[in-house]
Amino acid sequence: MSSDEITRREVLVLTAATGGLLAGGQLMWGPVSPAAAQDAASTPTPLEVMLRINGKEHRLTLDPRTTLLDAVREHLHLTGSKKGCGLGQCGACTVLMDGKRVKSCLSLAALMEGREITTIEGLAQGEVLHPLQAAFIERDAFQCGYCTSGQIMAGVACINEGHAGSPEEIREWMSGNLCRCGAYDHIVAAIQDAAAAPSATQGG
Amino acid sequence: MHPFTLERPRDLPAALAFGAQAGRNDAPAEYIAGGTDMVQLLQEYVRRPDRLISLAGLLDNRVEIGPQGLRLGAAATMADVAAHPRIIEQFPVISEALLNSASPQVRNQATMGGNLLQRTRCPYFRDVGYAACNKRAPGSGCAAVGGENRWHAVLGTSEHCIAANPSDLAVALVALGASVEVRRAGGDRTVPLAEFHRLPGDAPHLETVLEPGEVITAITVPASPMARRSHYLKVRDRASFEFAVVSAAVALDMDGGTIRQARVALGGVGTKPWRVPRVEAALAGGGLDPAALRRAAALAADGAQGRGHNDFKIELMQRAIVRAVEIAGARA
Repeated sequence: MSSDEITRREVLVLTAATGGLLAGGQLMWGPVSPAAAQDAASTPTPLEVMLRINGKEHRLTLDPRTTLLDAVREHLHLTGSKKGCGLGQCGACTVLMDGKRVKSCLSLAALMEGREITTIEGLAQGEVLHPLQAAFIERDAFQCGYCTSGQIMAGVACINEGHAGSPEEIREWMSGNLCRCGAYDHIVAAIQDAAAAPSATQGG
Repeated sequence: MHPFTLERPRDLPAALAFGAQAGRNDAPAEYIAGGTDMVQLLQEYVRRPDRLISLAGLLDNRVEIGPQGLRLGAAATMADVAAHPRIIEQFPVISEALLNSASPQVRNQATMGGNLLQRTRCPYFRDVGYAACNKRAPGSGCAAVGGENRWHAVLGTSEHCIAANPSDLAVALVALGASVEVRRAGGDRTVPLAEFHRLPGDAPHLETVLEPGEVITAITVPASPMARRSHYLKVRDRASFEFAVVSAAVALDMDGGTIRQARVALGGVGTKPWRVPRVEAALAGGGLDPAALRRAAALAADGAQGRGHNDFKIELMQRAIVRAVEIAGARA
């Protein structure tokens, strides 16, 4: 193997830890409507917003239309949270708000002041992965990786809520996260593994 | 999104002073709470308010249960209400309706008040690429009447709109005789939930009786022993995270094997949450034998009108009633 090749395992570790595989991109682009083009001309008055993300305070100046997802991705460059549908359907943008899972694409950032937001980047303790991140790698619980950070954030909440008692229960309580590759069997197995690990309810 | 000014008022009176109007696409100002439906519609240019007034942190989010019944603060989340031990015990139909709605993430964000005000899932309403939608653009026509209407209503429709109300919660609540507490700058008023949503008639763009500047502050449900023996049955195209094709909320007061009183409401089939008093009356005094239940359930079809693709709902909703009564009746 040449020095600039990376192994599949390294790619998997990067993806589970930060959602970094497709860090720059948005998987699906919607068409730009005439209304969108017209509205680009008139920008509303920006707002001063204080966001607390992964334990750090950030003062941002935002267009009021900015979603929490766009604030963390485009303004704080925390690109682990992904924009899939942008309409609350796919779950790729899942983050924790005061410890509870939410869809960051459905929240306006300016209304998140005073909330403690945790993204995939805030899950590991330094170099030590959260047990569910480790379980995703161990179980090979993804292919393309785009939904992975959302799956992990939702999975962490699913375990913390006590909704990971059986594969059927996990499937019901993970129904807000779609995986186009169809890695569901491995995702369920990873969540079961992490739920059984003694330290699984830490983090987030 | 269309550009808007976002107001973050300090208290509820300041929010009410903006006079925003819920549930009308031509409203220049609207309120936003949990935002799960609002942000979708903003993103899709279906709603284009010039001003958005946040209710975040301004409304009661408590769940209170006393001798008078249940009171749900308007800002209580779907997740908190669904998981409340005394709601699971005393009002199972409410918890079941909520747990069969949306996804865990959305249930952590979405509020009680917002749930009652969520807009229809009619694909023609939600896609501005279709010109004809009387709900979105009054007078433009209805693309659903002659279009793909498998998801649409069969009860309470008009030639101007056949969009179904999408709320599961509202179906459970209307069966239990819930009321909506509304506040405006001048004071409070209480509206029975059965009278809260409007039929489309010739003005489907007017969805509720809320006036400009009015906000839902709470939902109340009267105490009733019937609520303990209740069930929400939801029939949908996927096992989870999908809106109802048909649903039935049932609450029963039983004397041995005899139904003393029944409450029955339907979802997925009405332009508003649809209670069926004739079915309730026919169930009262009868037993749980399937033939009697089928005869009572058939009365739900009174006035039902299919538009082609949704014809099957008329039969399916009767079967849903029968099944839901059987399940509720079997509860201890």
